[in-house]
Amino acid sequence: MTTQIPEKKKSGGIRDLGKMFGGGQSTGRQFGILGALVVIIILFEILTGGKTLEPVNLINLVNQNAYVLILAIGMVMVIIAGHIDLSVGSVAAVVGIVVAKSMTEWHVPWPLAIVLGLVIGAIIGAWQGWWVAYVGVPAFIVTLAGMLIFRGLNQAIGNANTIPVPDGFTYIGGGFLPDWGPDFGYNNSTLLLGLIIAIVIAIAEWRRRRVQTKMGSEKAPLWVSIFKVVVLDAVVIYAAFLFAGGRIGTSFPVSGIILGILVIVYSFVTRSTIFGRHIYAVGGNWHAAELSGVKIKRINFFVMMNMSVLAALAGMVSVARSISSGPQDGLGWELDAIAAVFIGGAAVSGGIGTVAGSIIGGLVIAVLNNGLQLLSVTSDRVQIIKGLVLLVAVGIDVYSKRRGGASLIGRFGRKDKSADAAGADQPPVLPSADEPEATSRSLSS
Amino acid sequence: MSSNAVILEMRAITKEFPGVKALEDVSLTVHADEIHAICGENGAGKSTLMKVLSGVYPYGTYTGDIVYQGGEVRFKDIRSSERAGIVIIHQELALIPELSITENIFLGNEPGRGGVINWQEAKSRATELLARVGLTDDPDTPIKNIGVGKQQLVEIAKALNKEVKLLILDEPTAALNEAESSHLLDLILGLKSKGISSIMISHKLNEIERVADQITIIRDGRTIETLDVKADGVDEDRIIRGMVGRTLESRFPEHTPKIGDKFFEVKNWVVQHPQVPDRLVVKNSSFFVRRGEIVGFAGLMGAGRTELAMSIFGRSYGNFISGEIYKDGKEIQVRNVSEAIDEGMAYVSEDRKVLGLNLLDDIKQSIVSAKLKKIAKLNVVNDEEEYAVAEQYRKSLRIKTPDVDRGVSTLSGGNQQKVVLAKWMFTDPDLLILDEPTRGIDVGAKYEIYGIIQALAAQGKGVIVISSELPELLGISDRIYTIFEGQITNELPASEADPETLLKSMTSAQKRPVTKGTAR
Repeated sequence: MTTQIPEKKKSGGIRDLGKMFGGGQSTGRQFGILGALVVIIILFEILTGGKTLEPVNLINLVNQNAYVLILAIGMVMVIIAGHIDLSVGSVAAVVGIVVAKSMTEWHVPWPLAIVLGLVIGAIIGAWQGWWVAYVGVPAFIVTLAGMLIFRGLNQAIGNANTIPVPDGFTYIGGGFLPDWGPDFGYNNSTLLLGLIIAIVIAIAEWRRRRVQTKMGSEKAPLWVSIFKVVVLDAVVIYAAFLFAGGRIGTSFPVSGIILGILVIVYSFVTRSTIFGRHIYAVGGNWHAAELSGVKIKRINFFVMMNMSVLAALAGMVSVARSISSGPQDGLGWELDAIAAVFIGGAAVSGGIGTVAGSIIGGLVIAVLNNGLQLLSVTSDRVQIIKGLVLLVAVGIDVYSKRRGGASLIGRFGRKDKSADAAGADQPPVLPSADEPEATSRSLSS
Repeated sequence: MSSNAVILEMRAITKEFPGVKALEDVSLTVHADEIHAICGENGAGKSTLMKVLSGVYPYGTYTGDIVYQGGEVRFKDIRSSERAGIVIIHQELALIPELSITENIFLGNEPGRGGVINWQEAKSRATELLARVGLTDDPDTPIKNIGVGKQQLVEIAKALNKEVKLLILDEPTAALNEAESSHLLDLILGLKSKGISSIMISHKLNEIERVADQITIIRDGRTIETLDVKADGVDEDRIIRGMVGRTLESRFPEHTPKIGDKFFEVKNWVVQHPQVPDRLVVKNSSFFVRRGEIVGFAGLMGAGRTELAMSIFGRSYGNFISGEIYKDGKEIQVRNVSEAIDEGMAYVSEDRKVLGLNLLDDIKQSIVSAKLKKIAKLNVVNDEEEYAVAEQYRKSLRIKTPDVDRGVSTLSGGNQQKVVLAKWMFTDPDLLILDEPTRGIDVGAKYEIYGIIQALAAQGKGVIVISSELPELLGISDRIYTIFEGQITNELPASEADPETLLKSMTSAQKRPVTKGTAR
């Protein structure tokens, strides 16, 4: 063993605050990128003279970006498994046109049309998943082909025309929570939703502490937990009032609720289910996963299929918002989704990434887009800025990894982690004594 | 002490990483025409010292002086140390599989003018260099088509091309079989007689004893002692004492086998190479394992030991042709790994980092990864149980880590191996197949791993140990099979086996009479 320099443990204070978001590596990343998001929001709030956090703008922000964020959920799973999906925009477009046509020309009722859309997504996903998992063609190629095929199909089916959709259908993309009860000047549904979320946050934290006590693992001091709950709940309540206080007839968008449910479900799936664990295993080291009994082909198949189903949903949400489906739908979406995932801390080589991180990454892009528009920055410059942000975010990630740090902007997380251990052992990617490959790997990655 | 001139002197080298002192006041003196071995347990600082010497850690990132050929040197990168004639060959070879031998030898050093490579010259020089290391292969052969042993020689040829004066070899024989190792060691001795000194890091003490002139022992980042092999009467026990700081009474823990009935049997197993259809990698092999028995598999690298093991473990290697597996007298079907796990089989791979672990996982995730079902309800993994299980193994196997939330990549080789063992113990196997379970692990950790293996056998599990190290097989096994070219050539109780008999059966297909009492 190597000689240790005793590290002083600082108790309390800032370091304990770091435990607000756990201490894990991935949570550390999210913590960092979340910080970046908050900074960007505050920055634009100041630059736009308060327009950013106006109810109307926030509602627009959610409505305009829900589809990208839905895609990011599927995309992060694809990327964790070590693949990529370039076809999502085209898949969304072809599903959109079929669904629109089914309602206007074949008069399928809209709820059934949504089911139809999801089924088409599943079939397309099964097709692509089969090529990736069972034939063994790299996903990059399969989905590049898919990008062309389904874009072409969209134009063939719609004759390159735009097809409008009926009113009922627009609810999933442009609808709002209903208003009821006494009038306080705010939308009651939204307030209720905010209240429920606030309570759930408090309960979840309380349960987490109870589990930690039971397991005997180290936990943050009580005041940190209370502080965390107070801060989060304050943000939730504040947001609820903002969303509830918009123009009459508007409130929290339905697309935002769909997104929220998906985030909760998929966070759970990736973190806590066997399927989720297996996705990380396949992406981290598929050889080892295979020899641990993971059915790799099945995992790859379902990850690809799931992506197309979510792409179908994203396509429908977008069609519902713009009230029609056309040949230009979904152009460039794959790139937005992929950018969101990587800004959110996923690794290009697979095995690393989280749903929450990707959503935050997507929000960074969304706020950036929105803020620059409010500042009347032209779209050419917006693109340049977005490109630079992606490059810098991943650049910091790669750089800090090479320096032997844990990851990213999430250096925060790393620091309090070593404090956790009371300075008892080696830093994470220390090019330690007898393992030369550790260094060479981190150098080459 | 050697009478030759001093070629290298490292004085008071101290190297710190954030929070850790990897080397403290380490000194090393190497004479001309000398093979100098560096011994120490994993994590003692051997590789770090070599990285300081070769410029991987440039001047300024450590303290202390390096005096080489009479003058102080300050290397700023590997290139500058190579210019001075110090070449390091890493444990993981730095060759590009798709390129030819010639291209690899001259990579970064291409002969030619103005960026245009003179292939003619390159090839003739390559042939020359290959001859010096005893290779007769066509220099146009792609690296991927020659074995690890030859690749190691190509690395040395590459070093010779750089006019090496001091060759550093980090675990040069770790991946080689006995014949290849022996050839390599002869080559190093030959280089010595031609004025090229070597520094060699190795865990294989018998090899060190054979070739080294001086041995420097490093422990906990400090120099413990330097031994003169000829003068001091050094033997393996003496080296081990220096490395671990105490005398290991025995290299293998005390063990009284409690062997039960035959419960696992493989009959007439035939497996084809995955790419080459008419090549049989495993030919008609039959063997059995009793409860509580440790069965050794001896064979040279490439003999088909790993292939046999992996093909039995859910057909995870090659194309299955024919054969039956019986467990408790009944034939079982194991068509994939998850069926194998369900049938109570476990396979600990020889390649921990590539096949055994997901290095991105933390310790607790790794331990439960082969049988998540066991701690999941309705496919939802129970984090509490995961933590509890991992804690339990951390304590029982003495995995050195402050907590199981840490990444497996932070552990040393020996502790990673314990995590892999824990991972497979967690699947409740009846039969464990351990492929090179102590490769790249230091003496102290080896002893612990042997203890774990014996404890598993004492619980009534059958254990198969595949190993290239005959002393290890003889020390740990109750019964030994030998494999040669995909065939089982011999079977004998460990008490009747000796290295000589084993080697004979490992190198010839002639079937020897099966020893009495072990035949079915």
